[in-house]
Amino acid sequence: MNKDNKTPCHDCQRRAAQRRTVLKTVLGLGVSLPFFDVVKAAAKDPAATPPTVGDQFVFVLGDKKGEVIKVEDLAVGGPQQLAYPMEPTGGVVRDGSRLNQVLLIRFDPAQLTPEAKANSGEGVVAYSAICTHQGCDVSQWKTDTNTLLCVCHGSEYDPKDRAKVTFGPAPRRLAMLPVKVEAGVVMVASAFKGKPGFMDL
Amino acid sequence: MKTMKGLPICAALLGGLLPIAAAYGAGYTAVTAARLTNPEPENWLMTRGNYQGWSYSPLDQINAGNVKKLVPVWAYSTGVNSGHQSPPIVNNGVMFVSTPSAQVIALDAKTGTPLWRYKRELPDDFSALHNTNRGVALYGDKVYVMGLEPVLVALDAKTGKVVWEATLEDYHQGYYSTMAPLIVKGKVMAGVSGGEFGVRGFVAAFDAETGSPVWKTYTVPAPGEPGSNTWETPDTWKRGGASTWMTGNYDPDTNLTFWGTGNASPWFGDQRPGDNLYTSSTVAIDPDTGAIKSHFQYHWNDSWDWDEMNAPMVVDYKKDGKTVKGLLKPARNGYLYWLSRSSDGIGFVGATNYVKQDVFKSIDPKTGRPTYNEDKKPGTGKKASFCPSLWGGKDWPFEAYNPKTGMVYIPANENHCGFLEGKVQEYVAGKWWTGVDIPDIGFTVAKDAKFFGDIQAWDVSGGKKVWDYKFEKSMAWGPILTTGGGLVFTGGTNDRKFRAFDASTGKLLWQVATNSGVTAPPSSFSVDGKQYVAVVSGWGVDPAFQQGLLHNLIPSWDAAVPEGGVIWVFALSE
Repeated sequence: MNKDNKTPCHDCQRRAAQRRTVLKTVLGLGVSLPFFDVVKAAAKDPAATPPTVGDQFVFVLGDKKGEVIKVEDLAVGGPQQLAYPMEPTGGVVRDGSRLNQVLLIRFDPAQLTPEAKANSGEGVVAYSAICTHQGCDVSQWKTDTNTLLCVCHGSEYDPKDRAKVTFGPAPRRLAMLPVKVEAGVVMVASAFKGKPGFMDL
Repeated sequence: MKTMKGLPICAALLGGLLPIAAAYGAGYTAVTAARLTNPEPENWLMTRGNYQGWSYSPLDQINAGNVKKLVPVWAYSTGVNSGHQSPPIVNNGVMFVSTPSAQVIALDAKTGTPLWRYKRELPDDFSALHNTNRGVALYGDKVYVMGLEPVLVALDAKTGKVVWEATLEDYHQGYYSTMAPLIVKGKVMAGVSGGEFGVRGFVAAFDAETGSPVWKTYTVPAPGEPGSNTWETPDTWKRGGASTWMTGNYDPDTNLTFWGTGNASPWFGDQRPGDNLYTSSTVAIDPDTGAIKSHFQYHWNDSWDWDEMNAPMVVDYKKDGKTVKGLLKPARNGYLYWLSRSSDGIGFVGATNYVKQDVFKSIDPKTGRPTYNEDKKPGTGKKASFCPSLWGGKDWPFEAYNPKTGMVYIPANENHCGFLEGKVQEYVAGKWWTGVDIPDIGFTVAKDAKFFGDIQAWDVSGGKKVWDYKFEKSMAWGPILTTGGGLVFTGGTNDRKFRAFDASTGKLLWQVATNSGVTAPPSSFSVDGKQYVAVVSGWGVDPAFQQGLLHNLIPSWDAAVPEGGVIWVFALSE
């Protein structure tokens, strides 16, 4: 006989308590909501909330760390710039989850494939910075092939072609984050296309 | 350090996941301190078979005369891809195998019938450079495995149910773990990976019964502690590396555990002036208190990413007609070291290179400290080439010692070199922080090389190489098992083969192509008087990455080896 014995969650006591509180509230109001949506809503922390339409981006590294990223900050042709989304009115940087880390990269729009172009703004494309292989940072740049490179196992992605895998063990493309540009500032245009992160075995 | 308790309640809350009572439930044999000190020949109770780290089975039913009759008796697919590096651990007919991402599978060792399976769920924002796992440890009625994040998990050996968990460190800081724990006198010891992410290494001990933390010893000293003067620039010690990513060995005579430490961090020595203790060293730690009793550093101010993470084997040998209570270590830096051990310290006896190494100009005959050819030492803005490459004369795959032949068997790699040029990288917690971008890590092979992988046999007392077996078209990534039947077993090649050699002569006696490449340690055990040899085949992580690079350099080599884990168990045909 073979039983899969999943590990209990790390903070499941806290989560269970949270669930109970939420359920009580919901039952008290007589509102019927799907259970998992309730849990998700209750856990919402603006810093951990996924990129949201209208979010701007801030630098993760370097002298401009924390500053809003403008189109002119991005060199045409790469390399990528690591960024976190920022909720613009309250200024909350969404760095509460690594899965919110994205990379911005700018090209001549004519170089982008149609799908990449459709989700770009003034030649700027944005992708999840989390490798689809084992979840490491896609933080490096290969100048000879113009590809995004993962630090762990060398997977490479073509940013001009919707982050298609061009080398290495990654099983699928990076999730794309559609962006637009307003007054020279790069902003989120819609939610991730695809799921950021990797599928554990 | 936090200890997480109360998880059995969580499991009950989740419901439906409780394991079944396995058929052997009442019959499981508890593992005691005495059994770990003197393991029975029929069992394989720990990663390397014994505390001394010999990777040796005294069993001799399978021998040089009959090994040709070896056939598979059962196989089991783990359902997991990537690099499998875990030995089948066997306790009186029950086998435990861990997989990448810290799953544990328990099976009937004779029939392959699965008994239970444990799956670990990783946090969704977790990542690690290596997702492998190098095996479970046994004590009492529990099985211990390191979760990647890094969390030490105690499972009920009969059911696979979680008994307790203990978090070693915060993975957001770049810490993770892939090692098999070491258990001495009721304490479970474990270390961490993360030398490419600016961690500060340590070994931590927990009570085997409860998971309560007992001690935690850093392998980079803080200011004021012995060795702190080897970090000459303030604060460099805080992210100094010396990760502890392989299991330690233990010498019951001196009551010392020996741990290997990894590279200094970042990779370029000029960014952290000083010898940088205890990086690239062996550290002797008292298992009762966690106190560091002595150390030996193989190369100071490491600048080549030559981790010395493997603990030396505890082996006595002859030197000038006298028996030396010794330690033996084929180092990643390409030298084979003979050391002495006592409660007073670790002494240097001798060293000789077992692969081409062009960095050391000399080694002090009294202290073992090398002098360097500075042209071969990369630095910040200073490009340098060096041999062997950062994967070393050998990487983590275990060597083995056979007391019958008096030889140590080394899975060596020859004819590869590297080059590096450092830069200052901004430190961000949990991010790559070596001082070099991946595309700039240089790897070369000698174009006219006749071979790469090289299984070498050395006489530990004579200090000479006795035989070697060369692989013309593959590196050697296979840990080694040697047996009382006069055999050496290993895989490790890109042709998926698992082989048996005559331990005395190096003659290839038997081989079989498996499903994937074998990078896991073989083990041997017996049930009902019949000897078995077991190994997991499952290629991935560094050998896979390196194979891709080799394909670019030598296009006739395949770019990839098929992945997927399978446990293979062999015995003599009837």
